[in-house]
Amino acid sequence: MTLSSPPVPATHPERASWRPTIARLPVVVALLALVWCSLVAYVVFPDALGPAHAAALIPSIPAVLVLYGLGIVSWRESAIARIGLTLVMFWILMAVAAPYLPLVDPNRPIAPFAPPFTAKAGHFFWLGADMRGRDMLSRTLWGGQRVIVWGITATACAYVVGVAFGLMAGYLRGWWDEILSFIANILLSFPVMVLLILVLNFLGQSGFSIILAVTFSSAPGIMRIVRGLALVESTRDYIQAAQTRGESALWIMAVEILPNVRGPLIVDACLRLGYTTVAITTLTFLGLGLQPPDPDWGLMIKEAASSALLWKFAYMMIVPSVAVSSLILGFNLMADGLREMSLRD
Amino acid sequence: MARLIAKRLGQMLLIMGVTSLLLFAIFDTDQFRRQIAVSELGGFGVATLNAADYEGWLEKKGLNEPFLSRYVTWVGDVMQGDLGRSIEKNMAVSTLLADRLQRTAILASCFFVLMVPISLTLGVLAGMREGGRLDRVISIVAVVTTSIPQIATAVLLTVFLSLGLGWVPAKSAMVGGFSFRELVLPLLTLLIYDIGYVVRMTRASMAEVMSANYIRTAVLKGLAGSHVIVGHALRNALIVPFTLIFLQLNWLLSHVVVVEVFFQYSGFGRMLYEAAMFGDIAVLQAATLVAVAVAALSQLLSDIAYILLNPRVGAAG
Repeated sequence: MTLSSPPVPATHPERASWRPTIARLPVVVALLALVWCSLVAYVVFPDALGPAHAAALIPSIPAVLVLYGLGIVSWRESAIARIGLTLVMFWILMAVAAPYLPLVDPNRPIAPFAPPFTAKAGHFFWLGADMRGRDMLSRTLWGGQRVIVWGITATACAYVVGVAFGLMAGYLRGWWDEILSFIANILLSFPVMVLLILVLNFLGQSGFSIILAVTFSSAPGIMRIVRGLALVESTRDYIQAAQTRGESALWIMAVEILPNVRGPLIVDACLRLGYTTVAITTLTFLGLGLQPPDPDWGLMIKEAASSALLWKFAYMMIVPSVAVSSLILGFNLMADGLREMSLRD
Repeated sequence: MARLIAKRLGQMLLIMGVTSLLLFAIFDTDQFRRQIAVSELGGFGVATLNAADYEGWLEKKGLNEPFLSRYVTWVGDVMQGDLGRSIEKNMAVSTLLADRLQRTAILASCFFVLMVPISLTLGVLAGMREGGRLDRVISIVAVVTTSIPQIATAVLLTVFLSLGLGWVPAKSAMVGGFSFRELVLPLLTLLIYDIGYVVRMTRASMAEVMSANYIRTAVLKGLAGSHVIVGHALRNALIVPFTLIFLQLNWLLSHVVVVEVFFQYSGFGRMLYEAAMFGDIAVLQAATLVAVAVAALSQLLSDIAYILLNPRVGAAG
């Protein structure tokens, strides 16, 4: 007999559609881990892969498609969530499939300032070319890779730190709570942008600095949410039952409380993925984030805004802006849809 | 209430102490001293300096003193109202801060004057009938506008309104004195994002109140729809958005950095960004004190507003 999760009342008809999601959880986690690991390896450690580099992302393509299918099936109730999922999955699919699509090299100069829908120098530009003559379509489709890799990794790190400290503050209370909440208050009272600029200035500009900067700025907020949820949850009977059984504090926090507060956390995680994407794009624009020449949406906006800020070349700014906004919109819609579904239960 | 205020103010002072100590510790590293030297003398100038000259330069700037003694001196000065001098701009920080804060205050007051009525009206209209056509249109527009990063909004607004249509100037440096036309683009960039956010929150609050039992009772009693909304729903529905509006002050202080840097508007945010990039510790310290104070005060105002507006928590606070 296990007491690890409270019994789910099966009498609710709406509840039934959530159950397959829980049953599929290991599959979803495994697929997500596959996609994420291969993307990180491809983007961050290209040399370590050696000859496998070229094929590293091939298994991820079917994985993304399966994930998308699972999401569409289990979120049948919410059109908003499915639209959001479609947007997000489109960009993740582009991120893993970009090396295998028939695209020209995103860093190859061909025909500077070629407008959209024209053929120049033997190449048809669907979305035009930028000021160095690089194909905008290719750059836009490649451009999501780094934002997605660093955005998801940074958000995940912030979540690990925020959840761990939040559970400690909310469940252990006492001094833990006082000290952790004080540190969180200090970090939260810095304006976000200043915190990010300071951390990146201090550590130098790289993807790893972005992870640290985002962790510093997001983890306190996550901690507060988790702390609040854990405070409420730890008064419940099943926690008392676990305590009576003599479970350790670590077990109770990780196995009893955490799975029961996952609903609001998943919604918050979707929103935070959006915020992190905004933060990375903004930092790149300010010259503090990812560095040229590789394609990146923030860099594309920055380069176009600094060298082609003209009505005629508006497409150079519109294309990456629409791309990054659609990814963030996807995260926001997913959060809205998931919240709507959880309220309906 | 008095206890809440005293506790918050005490916490604010404590946080100010810790953050300024942290900042001093960060900027005490050799890496940052060198960065200041590079910003001031140029990379080539620093490379040609020998070790003794570099020490001499540090001596002259007072950067080689032990960090604790510098910190104690700084705290003493601040207590007396002296915020020090900016290394980068070579002027008193208090003068600089007052000037820049005033500019940002103009931006912020225009922002709040427009943001509050627009977002509350739209939010209430959307939340009045959840799932109606008006609700769906407003909700979709709001989620789209909150999804566009401000950098993208700023660039696109510049391209369309300024370069394409020529209605407003592209940059807001205000070299020829204050001009309202130059304020339009930074203001719009801030508004487009934040209105969407506050509308969504107001809508959620209004929708929740409209599904409450006492509203159903009022409707079943035969009261007119407008009477139900104005007389019964509005007061409860606006509690959450009102407390949220105070918190937007803190949000604004952070997001004004990007907007002011992009539009070259010489306000608080741009000063902060330049100080952080240059390593101008005195300015950064002063700006952080202001930021912490604004964060603490906006939180306090928000809490007080909540207590005053919500009869259920009234005396307990």
